[in-house]
Amino acid sequence: MTAESGLAALWLAAALAALQLFAGGMALTRKGEAMGGVVRPVAVVQGVLGLASFAALLIVFAQTDLSVKLVYANSHSAKPMMFKIAGAWGNHEGSMLLWVTVMGLAGAVVALVERRLPERTMLATLAGQAFVSLGFYVFLLFASNPFTRMVPEAEGKGLNPLLQDPGLAFHPPTLYIGYVGLSIAFSFAIGALITREVSPAFARAMRPWVLAAWIFLTLGITAGSYWAYYELGWGGWWFWDPVENASLMPWLAATALLHSCSVLASRNALRAWTVMLGVVAFSMSMVGTFLVRSGILTSVHAFAVDPKRGAFILVLLAIYIGGALLLFGLRASTVSEGERFSVVSRESALVFNNVMLSCILGIVLVGTLYPLLAESLGQQVSIGPPYFNPFTAIFVVPMLIVMAVGPLLRWRRDSFGRVRKALIIPLLLGLAGLVVAIVLAPSHVLPIIGLALAPAIGIASLLPLRARKLRQVKLPLWGMVFAHFGIAVSLFGMASDSAFTTEKLVAVNVGDKVAVGPWEIELKAIDPVAGPNWTAIEAGLQASYNGSAPILLHPQSRSFWTPPQQTNESALVTRWNGQLYAVLGEEAEDGRWQLRLWWKPFVPMIWFGGILVALGGLLALIGRVASDLRRISARGKIAYRRQRQGR
Amino acid sequence: MTAALKPKHQRLVLVVLAMVALIGAALLAIWGLRSNASYFYLPADIAAKPPTPDQAVRLGGMVETGSYKREADGVTIAFVVGDTKARVPVRFRGIVPDLFKEGSGVVAEGKLGEDGTFVADNLLAKHDEKYVPREMKAMTEAQARKTVEETK
Repeated sequence: MTAESGLAALWLAAALAALQLFAGGMALTRKGEAMGGVVRPVAVVQGVLGLASFAALLIVFAQTDLSVKLVYANSHSAKPMMFKIAGAWGNHEGSMLLWVTVMGLAGAVVALVERRLPERTMLATLAGQAFVSLGFYVFLLFASNPFTRMVPEAEGKGLNPLLQDPGLAFHPPTLYIGYVGLSIAFSFAIGALITREVSPAFARAMRPWVLAAWIFLTLGITAGSYWAYYELGWGGWWFWDPVENASLMPWLAATALLHSCSVLASRNALRAWTVMLGVVAFSMSMVGTFLVRSGILTSVHAFAVDPKRGAFILVLLAIYIGGALLLFGLRASTVSEGERFSVVSRESALVFNNVMLSCILGIVLVGTLYPLLAESLGQQVSIGPPYFNPFTAIFVVPMLIVMAVGPLLRWRRDSFGRVRKALIIPLLLGLAGLVVAIVLAPSHVLPIIGLALAPAIGIASLLPLRARKLRQVKLPLWGMVFAHFGIAVSLFGMASDSAFTTEKLVAVNVGDKVAVGPWEIELKAIDPVAGPNWTAIEAGLQASYNGSAPILLHPQSRSFWTPPQQTNESALVTRWNGQLYAVLGEEAEDGRWQLRLWWKPFVPMIWFGGILVALGGLLALIGRVASDLRRISARGKIAYRRQRQGR
Repeated sequence: MTAALKPKHQRLVLVVLAMVALIGAALLAIWGLRSNASYFYLPADIAAKPPTPDQAVRLGGMVETGSYKREADGVTIAFVVGDTKARVPVRFRGIVPDLFKEGSGVVAEGKLGEDGTFVADNLLAKHDEKYVPREMKAMTEAQARKTVEETK
């Protein structure tokens, strides 16, 4: 029954989305204004129904109800409970249900709390949200029903072992909230275009939603990168895999949107550009979904290869992106020009940042889509780091330099002379970093640039706090400082990993010792071990850092039996100055065991920096929401006082 | 963009600059793709038109039965990738993917050495039904089945 209830809730939610679109659309005409009243309640109920449907899916997975086809195909009664539940979205249908659930909930929250904008704009926005949701409801109901029943089988097929990891429980929902949260920005942009209301108030209303989505995207990308790092056992943290790019592209667009929002909110400039980024950001989310979920790419993320589904998503994509861009093209000229600003000003720096982010987005997008295009022309190519690393760096480096200077500039008009003094320290640090990097790692060009830039922008990102009383600094400014500092920290980790990693690949007997970087590692034992749905060969390694007290590591080579597959479980030792990474390979014919060892100086800084960036976003979000709440309550008090005086 | 510029002109200047940057990025991307794309080769393609030694390519085919050897260091392996028309010797130093075995498909990423040996720096093997390298799907259906039949 649970499955049927879930399906019923899904149908109802789809019907309500249609009603929301219809009522919202009618309310914009003169005749149908009375319809406006139902839009917000319908949006809320639609969100709740979506959630109910997703809850039903979680229940059938938790119970391992093998009469549901999806459970049979992706679960197994012997799986730990955590992976049973995570398995609900570790497949195509479930993840698409999660997508529409998040979308419905986001719309419901907007309908409940967002009252700053003119009501007509809000109705158009909610109608836009319903329009997008509706397409995905139809996709779920007709092409990817998660609740399809079947004749019950005795046992399920199990979940891809690579996905049986705590990272899975956290990574996809986080990314999805980020992806789909951007739909709010998309709908706001549509609403503003339809009613021609592009104003600083529009940017202020949109900003918290973009910030929230961006925080989740940042965390999702960070978590995904770490997951790939320790789970795949290749020692890398970013592979420019199309699926990774699919999450990076919305992040780049959302980052640009966030910054242009702040120009529009504070200075009433970049009006049309901000609207366009609102459209582009969610379009990138949809392109990402198409790449990941259509089966056009094969990777651990592409669950089902079904051309019908790919074509379906492609049509949705064409309708939404094409439609929104067409609307933008028709209406952009009616969005009036914003305020002026001079070449040296905060606005200019932010414009530069936006253009660079767009260029990076373009480079990544072209590199990601090119293999698909080439394949359709009959040639198979793959595009990897030799393309992505240098070509994104061309735009990343100037962007980071401007990121260091921009926050020091004043709005409207400024001169470099005023900030020159403050920048001396970062400049000297950068030069020092450059010299040190050239001496230590002369052959790596990009890491050298990174090692020089990281300390410079790290210090420069703190400069906006200078000559201020720290207790009086507002949260959004703290947020910016944290986020920019996090970028510097992350950059340092990336550059240090590329420049200073040492690697050893050896075949050893028990009792043999291997040196890698400052570590000495001894293979103590090889033992069989067993888990709930796997068995493994486990190496007992004793690692000692520069002769200090030994630490034990246990990398495993695991064999899962549902489905039968092997994975390498790496073992890590984290120190403040880096990570030791060990992978156990196979047994050679002469009885020696393969070991792959890396010493990666400062590599954890990559993800630590990512967390700092997200934390910065959170601080800014809290600051913005708190000041909005204060304004609302102040307005309420004034209204109340007026009312009493009136009496 | 001095203060004398009207808002309309400033917008025009900004739009033009942004377009120039984006078109520049697109041209750069196209140029970069041409010189950095890694093409997919079957053994027959390697025999017909070998890639230059500095060109990163992907080689896909079946691991020939009986060709797999491990060198004395315990971590370097050598094998032959073949299709019905040609054979290419491959060397790889690293941990072999779990489902890599003789008589089964593989995609090797690397470069073709001067001596005709393909030096792989990464191997992709068929993982399970759910995860097959993209090139291998077409291959396993078209050539591989035949190859498997012949090498059985």
